[in-house]
Amino acid sequence: MRNKYSVFSLIKNALSYHENWQRAWKDPAPKKEYDAVIVGGGGHGLATAYYLAKKHNMNNIAVVEKGWIGGGNTGRNTTIIRSNYLWDASAGLYDHALKIWEGLSQELNYNVMFSQRGVMNIAHNLQDVRDLKRRTHANRLNGIDAVYLSTEEVKKFCPIINTSPDIRYPVLGGTLQRRAGTARHDAVAWGYARGADAMGVDIIQNCEVKGIKRNGDSVEGIETTKGFIKTKKVGVVAAGHSSVIANMAGLRLPLESKPLQALVSEPVKPIIDTVVMSNAVHAYVSQSDKGELVIGAGTDDYVSYTQKGSHQIVEGTLNAILELYPIFSRMRMLRQWGGIVDICPDASPILSKTSIKGLYFNCGWGTGGFKATPGSGDLFAHTIANDEPHKLNAAFNLNRFVSGDLVDEHGAAAVAH
Amino acid sequence: MFLIKCPYCGERDQQEFKAGGEAHIERPKQPTELSDDEWAEYLFMRKNIKGVQFERWNHAHGCRKWFNMVRDTSNDEIKAIYKMGEKPPAQ
Repeated sequence: MRNKYSVFSLIKNALSYHENWQRAWKDPAPKKEYDAVIVGGGGHGLATAYYLAKKHNMNNIAVVEKGWIGGGNTGRNTTIIRSNYLWDASAGLYDHALKIWEGLSQELNYNVMFSQRGVMNIAHNLQDVRDLKRRTHANRLNGIDAVYLSTEEVKKFCPIINTSPDIRYPVLGGTLQRRAGTARHDAVAWGYARGADAMGVDIIQNCEVKGIKRNGDSVEGIETTKGFIKTKKVGVVAAGHSSVIANMAGLRLPLESKPLQALVSEPVKPIIDTVVMSNAVHAYVSQSDKGELVIGAGTDDYVSYTQKGSHQIVEGTLNAILELYPIFSRMRMLRQWGGIVDICPDASPILSKTSIKGLYFNCGWGTGGFKATPGSGDLFAHTIANDEPHKLNAAFNLNRFVSGDLVDEHGAAAVAH
Repeated sequence: MFLIKCPYCGERDQQEFKAGGEAHIERPKQPTELSDDEWAEYLFMRKNIKGVQFERWNHAHGCRKWFNMVRDTSNDEIKAIYKMGEKPPAQ
């Protein structure tokens, strides 16, 4: 039985010096056979397992993770959540996720610290202004809250931005989605893991997939570092390593894996109470509850799995940030890191069946997957359980690269994505 | 971040170069006879290898010439560089 987290359990455990908290999830050895196995224990994979168990009554399932849960891109992103995408298909997908975020802490009985502090995208040139206005109208037609802001309104909403007209990246306007915001990324993985585990899902860490066993055109199981696991359904949610897994099954995906960097500063008093994204210069800033500035940079343009990234990418981002926020000129950066993101040619994800029966891929989220975690898990679980996509992820199939029906969000939704 | 030995200019910072993706993807000789699947394969599908990969690079802020590179994508180590049209080294 899973104990519920509440103020009473907090008091009770405080009396025993917090030494007797129940384990949030078990550490099982893999069984010989499961009804489905999810490859990848990040937020999306754990959410998929959670919704498979919760909504589709598939409890004999496992999540296999080569490292520790939430240790990949779930713990490396800049935690931004928004749904102000241009195209109808994307708006449906990302707003579905945003609606789940709004009640997620209560549902999971785990505080994911979802904070609707708003996300502001700013425009630096006339084309940005036109694109952002167009996107604002498209969002409103799709029922997504969005407003266009003048330069003065940007300044009023975030006073530390330099709106002087003679800077390298002048602020000509912006958009604001008030329902958008941030969440605690680790808590999302932990909350879903705890929820899935309570419903009988086996979460198996330090278990790397080495091969996918096929019988003709169907999946029979996976080879792992902890032995062979028999299963008829494999859902791959491996982000930057999706192509590696696909190659094991003899598939090719339209993905390129590239390092994306982020960095945080030393903690300071509250200075920025929203998220500001500047798409043209690839710089975005928010402040964590600990007080660190969380800064997102861009990707390198070459394929790499090194989780490092080039120095000049960070330098370019910080140049832009210092001009937009002169007040940060003496901030010291504490940490910098990279994550490997799987980028699709149309900058939209793939949640799809494949030509192999029982093999499903949830990948291609590129630089912006965190925001979609709950919705991605929900829709991917539906796809796996029914062997058919949900109407919200039907457009995000692999076949769109054959039919040409792409969901081209590159440059359309806020680029830095 | 690493150094790249341009076959025309010598060793320069990677910042001067533009990555051009997977190498040796040949444009179909009879485009009109291709099926949609074959077009998708040519246009979009990539090996995206973790390990030794053959790539095209362009010395964008130098001689602006294209060349090929063999690079290990798991550690960014460059194994070989050769000019366009030259035979790729055996790996």
